[in-house]
Amino acid sequence: MDLQTTIYLVVGATFALYIGIAIWARAGSTSEFYAAGGQVGPVMNGMAIGADWMSAASFISMAGLISNMGYGGGLFLMGWTGGYVLLAMLLAPYLRKFGKFTVPQFIGDRFYSKSASTVAVACLLVASLTYIIGQMTGVGVAFSRFLGVTSETGIYVGMGIVFLYAVFGGMKGITYTQVAQYCVLISAYIIPAIFISIQLTGNPIPQLGLGSNIVGQDVSLLHKLDLVVTDLGFANYTTSDAGGMLNMFVYTMSLMIGTAGLPHVIMRFFTVPTVAAARSSAGWALIFIGLLYTTAPAVAAMAKTNLLRTITPGVVMGNADPYAADSQLVYADRPDWMKRWEKTGLLKFEDKNGDGRIQYYNDKSKSDAFKAKAEAAGWKGNELTVNADIIVLANPEIALLPDWVIALVAAGGLAAALSTAAGLLMAISAAVSHDLIKNVFVPDISEKNELLAGKISMAVAIVIAGYLGLNPPGFAAGTVALAFGIAASSLFPAIMMGIFSKKMNKEGAICGMLAGLFITLFYVFAAKGIFFIKGTEYLDLIGGPNSFFGITPEAFGAIGALVNFGVAFLVDKMTPEPPAHIQAMVEAVRIPRGSKAVSGSH
Amino acid sequence: MEDSAKAYWSATLGLLGKILVVWFLVSFGAGILFAPALNSIHLGGYPLGFWFAQQGAMYIFIALIFYYRKKMGEIDRQFDVHEE
Repeated sequence: MDLQTTIYLVVGATFALYIGIAIWARAGSTSEFYAAGGQVGPVMNGMAIGADWMSAASFISMAGLISNMGYGGGLFLMGWTGGYVLLAMLLAPYLRKFGKFTVPQFIGDRFYSKSASTVAVACLLVASLTYIIGQMTGVGVAFSRFLGVTSETGIYVGMGIVFLYAVFGGMKGITYTQVAQYCVLISAYIIPAIFISIQLTGNPIPQLGLGSNIVGQDVSLLHKLDLVVTDLGFANYTTSDAGGMLNMFVYTMSLMIGTAGLPHVIMRFFTVPTVAAARSSAGWALIFIGLLYTTAPAVAAMAKTNLLRTITPGVVMGNADPYAADSQLVYADRPDWMKRWEKTGLLKFEDKNGDGRIQYYNDKSKSDAFKAKAEAAGWKGNELTVNADIIVLANPEIALLPDWVIALVAAGGLAAALSTAAGLLMAISAAVSHDLIKNVFVPDISEKNELLAGKISMAVAIVIAGYLGLNPPGFAAGTVALAFGIAASSLFPAIMMGIFSKKMNKEGAICGMLAGLFITLFYVFAAKGIFFIKGTEYLDLIGGPNSFFGITPEAFGAIGALVNFGVAFLVDKMTPEPPAHIQAMVEAVRIPRGSKAVSGSH
Repeated sequence: MEDSAKAYWSATLGLLGKILVVWFLVSFGAGILFAPALNSIHLGGYPLGFWFAQQGAMYIFIALIFYYRKKMGEIDRQFDVHEE
């Protein structure tokens, strides 16, 4: 059986499974549709959160990013996991006790104001929609690469599949499907990593393999990698930070509080039966997420090692001189996987010095000593460009693993993208049908019609996401940063103050959310253009790129959150305190006793 | 009742404070601020600062959440506000 048939079979089987589960778990009531009837156990819910959380970005891109960034890539690892500690302790149990379906509903009730709830809906919609576009693009890429169809067809197929199980199954269907998707994606990630760890270090556990010696040598993998990459003019793998210590600090903080404020993740804690279950759900979620996230740095470093080993075999596995003429791979002798990926354009070779060998090094290095060595060796510039996104997808091919592993990785990538898209659609649908239509426009809507409105808004969101996935405004990377920035700077502080400050009033919360949101958008748009439209950047206005203490736009969410807190407390001091019944409500939310099943009523 | 609710909340905040200190120390402390200094120590083949940033912090995060759940359950029962 050839590779293509194997991929069709494996991907087809997983899809049949997802759709089967969706049919089995059809939602009958609004409570089942939005919150799976509040009856999902903590372990299952943890898995569903894991699948929900780990998108195409975590699955496909993250290890590649770490592979290029080295130590600095740790900010993704710490940022995207550390947020769960905040979520578990500061938000989840209290929101579960509050017992409503959605985040805007909490903000609206706690701050006794429909305006507050509407501002929250706006933040939620922008954050979720921008995030989902990236997922649909990811679905398109994965389908086209693995099923041999065009990217457009890939997106149409993806839209259809998500539509089927999200619209009919609701949260109940999505939750159980995500459990299945988690199993697929985690085995797709870990199995190749185990094989590669054994090949390179003899240790089957990638997390330990990364700290072990290279097979047959008395030197650790990381130390060897440091030596080889610095020989090639790159920054030292284990110490190169991301734009300075301050930027790394703020970036990590932004990702952490952004994680804790993302509505599609928070919403998951409404599906468990009790407050205690909400606390353990977060722990289980982090175990399931941690399984992939602690493997990722091993995948990253080993993929880098394997790549360098392919190109300069004697240097990695022995102690050959990297500048010697015969140390580099002859292009004509390159392995098959390089030929396959060259066809996609994601891997490119250009023989700049015409010696028929591949020179892969950092030609932007600032070190004079290195430049002198490169010149003495007759190198005329870096000849190989490798797109970071192929690191995970090509990993099994680089390690020459069997076809079924490659097929499994394809299914895993699709599972990651589809499950996150479905979770985001759920958050969007709940916000539109519940927080806008029911709470603002048609308060006396029947449960049946609300359910219908939820399904229609989901369908519309799929079409918009699909359209933007087909016609990307060219801002895939920027939008993810924006989604985190918005969640970090607007929703997280508002929810947190709603629980931890009894006296916080609606004026403070609304002004805080708006201030945090605007300052973040202002800084991001300065660098990336107004709503990411090219040519509308206004960097001069803020004094050049990263003018705020060298902080990059992606890292700015934490600053936005600080502004949010600051403005909220200032305004709060100048305006009347919240009514007594709201303060009593906050006290009730703080204690677990008396938690009820979630409901949408007011 | 009023006093007991206050005591419960301050016990909760005390626990959160302790956990957040550890949370901060392992990630922002050992993983970022002190990482260059810690890198001179090795844990197997890992430089220690690098290990905290790419492995250790995550393991400790998981432990922290389960520790929180256990302690919080005890506080709930001590002040008799746990779920039936």
